[in-house]
Amino acid sequence: MTVFITHNQVKLALHTLREGDGPSLLLLHALGEHSPAAVPPEFAQWPGRVFALDFTGHGASTVPGGGGYTAEVLMGDADAALWMTGPASLAGRGLGAYLALLIAGGRPELVRGAILLDGAGLAGGGDKPGPLSIRGVPGHGKAPDPFALVELASDLRPPDYVSRFAELAAEHSGLDPAIAVCCKARPDWLKAVVATRGARELDLADAMTTYATGGR
Amino acid sequence: MTSPIAAPAAFVTYPGAVRPARHHWVDSYGVNIAVCEWGAVENPPLFLVHGGSDFAGTFDVFAPLLAEAGWRVIALDPRGHGDSDHAPLYSWDADVRDALSVLDAITPDPVPVIAHSKGGGMMLQLAEALPLRMSKLVVIDGLPSPEPHPDVSDHEQRRFTSKNLADWLDHRRNAAANFRKPGTLEELARRRKRMNPRLSDEWLLYLASIGARKDADGWRWKLDPAIRFGGFGPWRPDWSMSRLKTLPVPLLGLTATVEEEMGWGTNHKALEPLLPPGGRLVPFEATGHFIHIEHPRRVADMVLDFLG
Repeated sequence: MTVFITHNQVKLALHTLREGDGPSLLLLHALGEHSPAAVPPEFAQWPGRVFALDFTGHGASTVPGGGGYTAEVLMGDADAALWMTGPASLAGRGLGAYLALLIAGGRPELVRGAILLDGAGLAGGGDKPGPLSIRGVPGHGKAPDPFALVELASDLRPPDYVSRFAELAAEHSGLDPAIAVCCKARPDWLKAVVATRGARELDLADAMTTYATGGR
Repeated sequence: MTSPIAAPAAFVTYPGAVRPARHHWVDSYGVNIAVCEWGAVENPPLFLVHGGSDFAGTFDVFAPLLAEAGWRVIALDPRGHGDSDHAPLYSWDADVRDALSVLDAITPDPVPVIAHSKGGGMMLQLAEALPLRMSKLVVIDGLPSPEPHPDVSDHEQRRFTSKNLADWLDHRRNAAANFRKPGTLEELARRRKRMNPRLSDEWLLYLASIGARKDADGWRWKLDPAIRFGGFGPWRPDWSMSRLKTLPVPLLGLTATVEEEMGWGTNHKALEPLLPPGGRLVPFEATGHFIHIEHPRRVADMVLDFLG
């Protein structure tokens, strides 16, 4: 089942991949990808409901004209989904992993653990600006939006800025760890996150077990 | 996109204020950007960029002084402002790109640019990215400062708390349902006075008459309610400050000396050593953030002299 939720002028597609009782898991796709049609095998052990969100410009969500993507706005996409699902554990790939971290810091009372996985858009645009450029890309109105690919592949992620989200998640969520780092890649921002008390390196199965049973 | 603002004559008048002679839109990758012009089309183009939450009509006194001196003065409204489209997404980079779309629609040649507040920050970025598009740059109280800028959201302001984040997310959750509070023109002017305390009641009433639209239940500022002051983001003000030194375009900076709500807190003494070669800073004594509105003639003369 898919419902559409509104974030400013954007209609976001929130898919229910599995109904049921128990804790909720929300899947956040990578840059340029979209939600899977069914619960992927690596999440089969999750004991409760499984949702998946298409970010702005991706999957079945609105593809807006003229770009303007930032990770901070897309954090609001994840928040809109949490408003529908209620408290949930997050599993994000690539860009979705970065956004899972941001929203874990932004809504620590709703995010019952953020699982960070490899995928497109994990690195971002580095920790400081290089030569400035102005980029426009011809739009075609279809997902994935080329503007999303260009703008979100290059958004800046200074380690001290990013690690603050992990610290806020640790401080206010009551989870230990608040952030489960299950990916192999280690861009600079993620190295900084791993060094905070909010994050721990885990394998995916262990992270799911931890969060499915209350997160401690 | 709202109705063309050139059509209705201003019914509230202000001494020296002249509505734009022409109005049109430029399509920036699917977002309609409103453009106002003063002065003859055959005159050399001069680009004006206003700050956050303002609109091109705030140049109604300043722009005609430049037009009289022989310039084709072109002012744009960034997305969500004035008569431009309310967009699904807003970002600093998108604003810079939209401004370039307008510039490209006017001329392929380098043009002089005068920019206020957030517009100044945007145009510094455009000058750095594409120096051949800009012949000279005047920044009116919009040069980099170590202080967070009040009219810039989701770009910088790095020391955020969980409350900053929750407020931002609450705002995003309500963005679709937000609407601006209706009122009489006088009420709108009074509300704006809180943000622009140094501007006269007469000027603010004039601004309300051209920057608001009349709905069945009253007047509303056209600014998209999804746009909000304050926020947070990864950009560090010192990045802008350190890059100023290598700005490849002749620069004149005007700075305010009276702090106010919308001010950028630019400290001209701290900036002096960071200026590019030939760059000049002029502090305006006993003047707030809107230097060109407080002293239109003086600023116009200084700018015309700088443009040569």
